[in-house]
Amino acid sequence: MSDLMKVSSNPHIRSKTETSGIMLSVVIALLPAAGFGIYNFGIGALVTIAVTVAFAVLTEYLFEKLCKKKVTIGDYSAVVTGLLLALNLPVSAPWWIGAVGSVFAILVVKMLFGGLGQNFMNPALGARCFLLISFTSIMTDFDCDAYTGATPLASLKSGADVNILDMVIGRTAGTIGETSMIAIVIGACFLILMGVIDLRIPGSYIVSFVIFLCLFGGHGLDWAYISAHLAGGGLMLGAFFMATDYVTRPVTKNGQILFGILLGILTGIFRLFGPSAEGVSYAIILGNLLVPLIEKITLPKAFGKGGEKA
Amino acid sequence: MAKLTFHGGIHTYDGKDLSKDKPIRSVLPKGDLVYPLSQHIGAPAKPIVEKGDRVLTGQKIAEAGGFVSAPIYATVSGTVKAIEPRRVVTGDSVMSIIVENDGLYEEVEYPKVKPLAEMTREEILERIREAGVVGMGGAGFPTHVKLSPKEPDKIDYVIVNCAECEPYLTSDYRRMIEEPEKLVGGLKVSLQLFENARGILAVEDNKSDCIEILKKLTKEEPRISVKTLRTKYPQGAERQIIYAVTGRAINSSMLPADAGCVVNNVDTVVAIYHAVCEGRPLMHRIVTVTGDAVADPCNIMVRIGTNYHELIDEAGGFKKEPVKIVSGGPMMGFGIFDLDVPTTKTASALLCLTQDDVSRMEPGPCINCGRCVEACPSRLVPSMLADYAERYDEEAFVSHEGMECVECGCCSYVCPAKRSLTQSIKSMRKIQLAKRKK
Repeated sequence: MSDLMKVSSNPHIRSKTETSGIMLSVVIALLPAAGFGIYNFGIGALVTIAVTVAFAVLTEYLFEKLCKKKVTIGDYSAVVTGLLLALNLPVSAPWWIGAVGSVFAILVVKMLFGGLGQNFMNPALGARCFLLISFTSIMTDFDCDAYTGATPLASLKSGADVNILDMVIGRTAGTIGETSMIAIVIGACFLILMGVIDLRIPGSYIVSFVIFLCLFGGHGLDWAYISAHLAGGGLMLGAFFMATDYVTRPVTKNGQILFGILLGILTGIFRLFGPSAEGVSYAIILGNLLVPLIEKITLPKAFGKGGEKA
Repeated sequence: MAKLTFHGGIHTYDGKDLSKDKPIRSVLPKGDLVYPLSQHIGAPAKPIVEKGDRVLTGQKIAEAGGFVSAPIYATVSGTVKAIEPRRVVTGDSVMSIIVENDGLYEEVEYPKVKPLAEMTREEILERIREAGVVGMGGAGFPTHVKLSPKEPDKIDYVIVNCAECEPYLTSDYRRMIEEPEKLVGGLKVSLQLFENARGILAVEDNKSDCIEILKKLTKEEPRISVKTLRTKYPQGAERQIIYAVTGRAINSSMLPADAGCVVNNVDTVVAIYHAVCEGRPLMHRIVTVTGDAVADPCNIMVRIGTNYHELIDEAGGFKKEPVKIVSGGPMMGFGIFDLDVPTTKTASALLCLTQDDVSRMEPGPCINCGRCVEACPSRLVPSMLADYAERYDEEAFVSHEGMECVECGCCSYVCPAKRSLTQSIKSMRKIQLAKRKK
């Protein structure tokens, strides 16, 4: 007993939840969508996923080695970024698209801003938008062995009929991970049960988007039209997996609801009035930029100063 | 009825099973007794004995150093060996009276007490002040000051804090099981001071046996009721328990009296009973000695001044090498580097752990997950406050309500990046409080 004990400030016990555990649950939650993507689009999808994840992790590792920083690939955040990016790519894109996107996501969007927790924009979405602008034809070419022709959302925009059941299950053209609403929702339910995400952002996002559609979609309260919009494109993947990205969403509770509403409106504007059928990615990265402002106006009132009601 | 609670908070491993079924046992001190002159908030007590004096058990050895202060009593008979600085649990050196125990336990004659009904308000408060009663839940605020609000008529709730929300602690639980009549007796004394007040025994629902006992005991008491609180940390924090019981919310610039409340913890209320109804000063407290390093976790009735080494011996020593020893509960207690410190009026537990979460888990960058925001009972944004504190941005820290923090530790507990949020915020608060005093 001659040795001195360890001392530190309170509290002396800590919960078991760690950053790496959270990231790992996100990876697990993305597996149904990834799995369906591989089933739907074939082995090419697996190659894309493997390349993007590998490049994301490798970029983070090399950057940190080069800068003589602590290597942080063990927190699995680079895996999440790589996987999310892969799920946002068309299966027909060549392998180097995934590689370039991963390097951009990790190097430019994440590491140059200070690494995990410091980026102001979702890395996977930042990279997707970079690729969309730089390699538009590759990124919007959804022809592959399994499907030819437009994505359901594009068909919808041009006024053609779509098969909603196929869209919900995911048997349509699109990016690797966005097509199956069921697979995405299964993963989202897992995250909600694990306490990793809650419904504040996805809920307010989807509800406000539906309201926007009813008001400005030109179809009124047409459930078939609304369902097609919900199941089509990147809305589900975006609402549950990218808008809820901790780092780039507001930390305040009311701010999260405001953020969701904002995303719903932006997505509505982009999808209905923009040149492209899609709008989720741009809506989310634009929303990301407004996060500091949203947090500022939604700071909670301290207990005893009017903020007691839960 | 829905169980009463508050916003935020956390559910931890509670560890109470280690010691909750161990009846309170008394331990007689063997070595020297050390009485720090500051065991309370306010002016240090002034010694009224000198080196070489013989003192008896229950003899006053230091008197209050002001209105906000409290006297100190010898808890054994023996000789004053020295008056010198000694180390206390916070690591500071505090001027202390050291008494060499002669093992005879010769006791003074305590003054005769009048029946409670015949005592005036002033007499009751004087007894409590004279007995050296302070808040024994940890803060050590002199109880007679707490019981003397400016407008006693406006107090409508006298709350006994029976939450014991800190993990591992079972001293209040044992007191409620073994001596509930003293608790109710002490509450009756407090109620005599506030004629418009109702007495509330607020107990967490993980102590359903206590709730039963107290309900039975207070069946015939029209002014006293037992309220069930949802088990959650920090349910026993003063602001949180007031809110749970009354729905009234106070902030850092207010006192419980501003919400018409007086809150005392279990051991304090029992000390009030001893002081007023038995004429005995504050000399004992119950300490839970527990943790996975201790051979026989237990609840001990300790004479104040007893060395911590003796408490460990009483608990059968260590069965495994402890890595971290905490005086108090794991959420708000003090980590101590050496056991050679005395038991004070505010020491509720001695917790010995074989692993230290804090040094084992390396802090990483904040991922903005918001768990600290969910957990903060003061409704703050701890991640931002800790950032401001670390960057020494005083203005932002204060404007984001950093001074409303109660240092409960919930934010650090839940943080997946293992950041020491509470520590950063606490340090900044200390600096700001020191500046305000100037």
